[in-house]
Amino acid sequence: MSQTLIRMENISKFYGRIRALHKVDLTIGEGEIVGLLGDNGAGKSTLIKILSGAVPASGGDIFIRGEKVAMKSTTDAIEHGIETIYQDSSLVPELSIARNLFLGREPLKRPAFLNRMDQEVMNEVARDLLKQVGITKDIPPVTPIGSLSGGERQSVAIARAMYFDSDLIILDEPTNNLGVAETQGVLRFVRNARESGHSCIFIAHNIHHVFQVVDRIVVLRHGGVVADDVDPNTTTIEQVERIITGVSD
Amino acid sequence: MKRLTARPEFGPFVLLVAMIAVFWAVNPAFLSWRNISNVLAFTVELGLIALAMTLLMTAGEFDLSVGSLFGFCPVLMWTLYNTGATSIEVGFAISLVAAISVGLVSGLLVTQLKIPSFLVTLGMLLVVRGTALFVTSGFPQRTWKAEDLLLGQILVGNFNIAGLRIYMSLLWFVAAAVLLSYVLTRTRIGNWIQAAGGDAHAARARGVDVDLTKVKLFILSAVMAGFAGIVSSIRTAAANPNSGTGYELEVIAMVVIGGTALRGGRGTIVGTVLGIFILRSMRNGIVLIGVPGLAYNIFVGAIILGMMALHSWLERRQQNGDSP
Repeated sequence: MSQTLIRMENISKFYGRIRALHKVDLTIGEGEIVGLLGDNGAGKSTLIKILSGAVPASGGDIFIRGEKVAMKSTTDAIEHGIETIYQDSSLVPELSIARNLFLGREPLKRPAFLNRMDQEVMNEVARDLLKQVGITKDIPPVTPIGSLSGGERQSVAIARAMYFDSDLIILDEPTNNLGVAETQGVLRFVRNARESGHSCIFIAHNIHHVFQVVDRIVVLRHGGVVADDVDPNTTTIEQVERIITGVSD
Repeated sequence: MKRLTARPEFGPFVLLVAMIAVFWAVNPAFLSWRNISNVLAFTVELGLIALAMTLLMTAGEFDLSVGSLFGFCPVLMWTLYNTGATSIEVGFAISLVAAISVGLVSGLLVTQLKIPSFLVTLGMLLVVRGTALFVTSGFPQRTWKAEDLLLGQILVGNFNIAGLRIYMSLLWFVAAAVLLSYVLTRTRIGNWIQAAGGDAHAARARGVDVDLTKVKLFILSAVMAGFAGIVSSIRTAAANPNSGTGYELEVIAMVVIGGTALRGGRGTIVGTVLGIFILRSMRNGIVLIGVPGLAYNIFVGAIILGMMALHSWLERRQQNGDSP
């Protein structure tokens, strides 16, 4: 059993009078890939948003390596080594690849008070990373994200997570709208991430994709955890589908 | 060459050169030192507001209260000075603090209450203009001692270079254009401004403080409008509570013509400078070539429509990968 990286305890979330999450517990081990599954409205996205600092929890605690942390903003999450790749990639279409890669953490030239970005470093790193994530086309790092394909955008988002060497990478529907080759690229990235010691939370509607890469599956239904230790090696996709829909109850 | 024509500033640049050539061909007085001096004097005052508006619009917001601040701030400064309440310098500082407050309130209402900037700044326009009219009972303030004052010399003192009368405000404008262009294109803050306007959700997910960035830009826009109003009041020796009426739309037109996207995410100070000179040269030129001044809006409208069509076409070409 790997050491615990993240522990979420009794997490609840209310939107007005609507209860999105009710006393959810979730644990992620060091170097563990966890698949988070559930039907629409099960609470997956809300749980992820809380962990990534995008929305505050109404109740509950988050611990990182045993230490309680306050996740008040996305900046907090990033500083705690949590990187989130959303289905829309969280990239700004008008900005270049390099500027998107470093958005929020742009390297500055000296003297720092001039606030001048080190564009040369940004371009150089971007060029290398694009090759690492399998973009073999010669795309200049100054290319606006808006002119890239969906797969290329997802690759840029993945490259960003790789570069900043996050402890936990959350992939929220990363294979949506991707072609077969691009999807395989994302799955390969998840496997590589595990090999290099990163933890991942992998959310996807396509259970086949989840089964290919995760160590453990957690299932949410109606804002609560209904299964948190499903082994993809000993469980069938049909059994997981029944847990998701509640048919097995 | 293809890279050059794909730039948003290319269209406005060609238009400006063509306009100058036509106006000069029809009436050579258009490029006389005297006329250039006259055009520059007011152009840069309005231009200061347009420069700040470029950053705000790049961040996805705009400010309709700039025209009213252009009128209000000089009225406040001169009222304080003329009544003996403060020195001119303190009055100047208080006026700018008032502008900062207006920008801060607008920014907080937009970012914290999520009210569209159109509605917030429309309301602010009426509050500020109404205050200026109420305080002065609608009468202009006395300002004729302005040029004797040190502050007047610093802000709008003038000197001649080979027959060309240059106001200090031109230097302020050039300094602001260089500084804000640097901020927008080279700095981390500029990257955040573009990200805030391009996709605020994505920017927040990266830890960018979108709200704070926007609040700062509302303050910048308000301060520039107030500063431009004070400069103009000293130069023209008039502080009228009604001055600046309608400037907000002209400023937004300047920014949009220059290639800044109305929906945010993309902005260019160089384009805005071109947009400023296109509209002001147009106003001056059509009068000089004998077109009735009342026809000005027809030309402005046509230019806005033409430039929007051009920018839209260039953007689609770029997204389709037809150009780098």
